[in-house]
Amino acid sequence: MSIQRKKFLSDNMIWLVLIALVIIMSIANRNFATVSNLTTLLTGEAIKGIMAFGVAFAILTKGIDLSLGAVAALVGAVSGALVQPTDFAMRTLSSGVRLPAPAAILIGLLLGAAIGGCIGAIIAYTEIPAFIATLGAQLICRAAAKMFSNRPVSKLSDDYRFLGSGRVLGIPMIVIVFIIIAVISWFILVHTRFGKSLYAIGANSQAARVAGINVNANLIKVYVWCSLMAALGGVLLAGRSGSSDPSTSGLNYELDAIAAATVGGTSHTGGVCSVTGVIAGILILGVINNGLVLMGVDDNMTNILKGIIIIGSVVLDMRKNIKKV
Amino acid sequence: MSEKYILEMQGIVKEFPGVKALNGVQLKVRPGTVHTLMGENGAGKSTLMKCLIGMYAANAGTITYKGRAVKYKSTEEALNDGISMIHQELSPVLERSVSENVWLGREPKKGIFIDYKKMRQDCLELFGKMGVDLNPDEKMKNLTVAKMQMVEIVKAISYNSSIVIMDEPTSALTDSEVEDLFRIIAELKAKDVAVIYISHKMDEIFRISDDISIFRDGTYISTDQACNLTQDEVIKRMVGREITEMFPKQECGIGEVILKVDKLSSGKAVKEVSFELHKGEILGFAGLVGAGRTETMETIFGMRPKTGGAVYINGKEVNIKSPQDAAANKIALLTEDRRGNGILGILSVKFNTVVANLKTYGFPVDSKKMAADTQEYIDRLSIKTPSMDAQIQDLSGGNQQKVLLGRWLLTDPDILIVDEPTRGIDVGAKAEIHRIISDLAKAGKAIIVVSSELPEVMGVSDRVVIMHEGRVTGVLDRCNLSQELIMKYATKEEVESKSMVREGE
Repeated sequence: MSIQRKKFLSDNMIWLVLIALVIIMSIANRNFATVSNLTTLLTGEAIKGIMAFGVAFAILTKGIDLSLGAVAALVGAVSGALVQPTDFAMRTLSSGVRLPAPAAILIGLLLGAAIGGCIGAIIAYTEIPAFIATLGAQLICRAAAKMFSNRPVSKLSDDYRFLGSGRVLGIPMIVIVFIIIAVISWFILVHTRFGKSLYAIGANSQAARVAGINVNANLIKVYVWCSLMAALGGVLLAGRSGSSDPSTSGLNYELDAIAAATVGGTSHTGGVCSVTGVIAGILILGVINNGLVLMGVDDNMTNILKGIIIIGSVVLDMRKNIKKV
Repeated sequence: MSEKYILEMQGIVKEFPGVKALNGVQLKVRPGTVHTLMGENGAGKSTLMKCLIGMYAANAGTITYKGRAVKYKSTEEALNDGISMIHQELSPVLERSVSENVWLGREPKKGIFIDYKKMRQDCLELFGKMGVDLNPDEKMKNLTVAKMQMVEIVKAISYNSSIVIMDEPTSALTDSEVEDLFRIIAELKAKDVAVIYISHKMDEIFRISDDISIFRDGTYISTDQACNLTQDEVIKRMVGREITEMFPKQECGIGEVILKVDKLSSGKAVKEVSFELHKGEILGFAGLVGAGRTETMETIFGMRPKTGGAVYINGKEVNIKSPQDAAANKIALLTEDRRGNGILGILSVKFNTVVANLKTYGFPVDSKKMAADTQEYIDRLSIKTPSMDAQIQDLSGGNQQKVLLGRWLLTDPDILIVDEPTRGIDVGAKAEIHRIISDLAKAGKAIIVVSSELPEVMGVSDRVVIMHEGRVTGVLDRCNLSQELIMKYATKEEVESKSMVREGE
C-alpha cells in the first residue's frame, strides 16, 4: 500500500505543487482567482508555452534548443514586413508587396521549418552537441533579424494581428492556439510512430538505431518541430503587440521555455516527457510570475524563487528517472 | 562463534516498487574460501551483493563483518573497509591509462601534483605479484574486455580487500584468460581473502568453489560444501525442477540457401568472410573473443560500414547500409551488448517489445495491439515481470534478454542473428532460449548463433563457422564437431605463426 501511495505521489507531485501554489496565491491575494486575472496569466504564458512544447521534444531526445527566441524574432520580422501598409513611410521592405495574413504567416512558418531543418541536419550528421549547434543558430538568427530590419517592424495589418491579439467567444486566440498546440503535441507523442521513436532515441539512441529507427531523420524532424514552434511564437509575439523589434523580440524566451519543460518533468537525461507535465510546468511558472506580481513582490525575488524551483525539479527528476548502471 | 565466518548476512530483505527482490536471505562466508552464489537470473544474487557493499540499502536484516555489525552507505565505505566488488558490467574510464584506472580517486601525490611515476611503479609491482602481463600506460579503451577485467581485479586487490566479490567474471573471457583468473583467485585464497563468486558456469564453479549457496526467486535455499554437491543437485535446487535436456536439438529439414555472404570485409575487423546460410538451419559462429564474429554480424546488419564483398538474400544482391535496410530485408539481430545497444532501460517492457515493429501499428498507433502483442510474448517466452509497464532495467538479465528476443520475433524475420544469446543467463532461461531457437529453425527460419561457449555452439548448431582475427578459418558439420577441432581452427594463425618461427630458427 505504501509503495502505491508513494508512486501516486511521485507521479502526480507536479499537479499537487500547482494546486498548492494556486491555493496559496488565492489566499494571499483575492484578485488572483478572478477570470480576468487568469486570462491575463494564460495570455502571458501561452507563447512561452508553445515554445516549451517545441523544446520538450528536443530535450526528450537528450537535445536542447537555444535558438527559439532568435528564430521567433527573425520570423516575426520577416512575416511582419510582408503585412505592413504599402504607403507606410517606415516600411521595412521598399518594394510594395503586401500579402494577406495567412500567406505571410505561412511564409514565416516555412522559414522557421527551414531553419529547423538546417539545425537538425547539423546535429544529426555532424553529431555536435545540440547545445552548441543551437547556440550558434541563436547568434546567427538574431543577427539576421537585425540585419533584416534595424528598427521595429510596425503597423502590422489587423488580420495578421488576429492570432496574437484577437478573441473568439471572449477567449484570446493566443490561448486557443496554445491549447491546439498542446493537443497536437500530445497526439504526436502518444499516438504516432514519430513520437514513440523520440522516446526510444532519448532512452538509448544506439539501441534505437539497432531497432531500425532512423535516428538522424527523426532528429531533423525534432528540430523542424522546435523551430516551427518558435516561428509560431514569433508570429504570435508580433501579432500581440502589433510590431516586432528584431533586437528584443523573443529575447530569452528559450530559457523560459526550457524552464517550463524542465519543471514539467521532461528529463534532460532523455526518454521522459509528458505533455500534461509540460502544461503543469508552464502553469507553475506562470502562477508564480503572476501571483508574485499581484502581491507586489520584487522582480528579483521572483526570479530567485523560479531558480530554486527549476533546480529543485531537476533534483527530484534525477532521483526518479535513474538510468541504472 | 562468529569468528568462524568473516561475513554473516542474516534476514536480508530488499523491496523494489512492485517486487520483493530479497526475502529474508542469509549468507555466511568463511575467510580464505571461494564462496559461490548460484541461482537463476532474478534469484537475487547480485542484489544481495549490492546490499552488502552499500549500493542498495536493505529494508531489513543484519550484516556482520569481522565480528562487528556494519551498514555501508556507499561502495566507497565498503571498499575502504576491505570489501570490493567487480561488477558484471565494467565501467572503466576509457580515455585514461591502465595505471590511472587502477589508482582512480586515490592517486599517489607529490605535493599537490599526481605522482605519475610512483603510480606507474606501484602498478607494475601489483601486476608482477598477480602475474598480469599489461602495459600500465596503455589507454583503457584499447584493451579487450578480458584485459579490462584484469585491471578491475588488480584494482580490487590493491585496496587490500578481505572480501572480493566477482559477478560473472568469466562471461567475456577466453579459456586461457579464465585460467589466469583462477590462478589469481588461488593467490587471493592463499592470502586469506574470501572470494564471493557469482557465475552460471557449472564446471568452473565446481573447480574453484569451497562453498556453494543457492538462491531461488529472492529466497535462500541452501549452503553446502562444494564436495558434497553434484551438478544435477545444484540445478535442481536452483530451478526447483529438473531440467532434462540442456540443448534440445530438434531435427528439421534444411532448405535452400537464403543468405549468401561473399568476401565480406569491414576495415580491419572483418576480412573477406564468406559463408552460406540455409532456411531451417542453425549456423553457429565460434571463435575467441576478438575473432571478428560480432563485427561480421554488425556488417551484415548495416551497423558498421562494408568495405568490400557482397551479401545476397534469396540469390539477389542486397545493399544494407543501416539496421532499417536490414529490417526491410527481414533480418533481425539480437546484439551482444544488451545494455549498450539492446534495452531502452528507462522505458517499459511493452515499449521495448514493440519498438522494432512500430511501423506495423498504423496511424495513430494501435495501443491495444501493442499491449496484446507484448502480452503474447510475455506468455510465449515466459517473461517474468511485475507488469508490462515496468521499466525493463528492473528485470533480471535473462528476462531482459527474453524481451529483446520477443522484440525481434515480433518483426517476423526470415533471418535471425543472435549474438551471445545466453551470456550471463541462468541454466533454466538458457535452455528456454535454446528451445525457442530450435523451434524457430523448425518453422523454417534461418538462424545464426554467435557464442563463445563451445558447448552451446556445438549443442545448437547444424554447422559451425570458426573465425580467427577477422577471417573464416574453418567450417564444420555437426557430425564432425569436437571442442579440440574448433579450438584448433579458432587459434589457427597462432599455431601457424609459431611453427613458422620455429622453422625460421
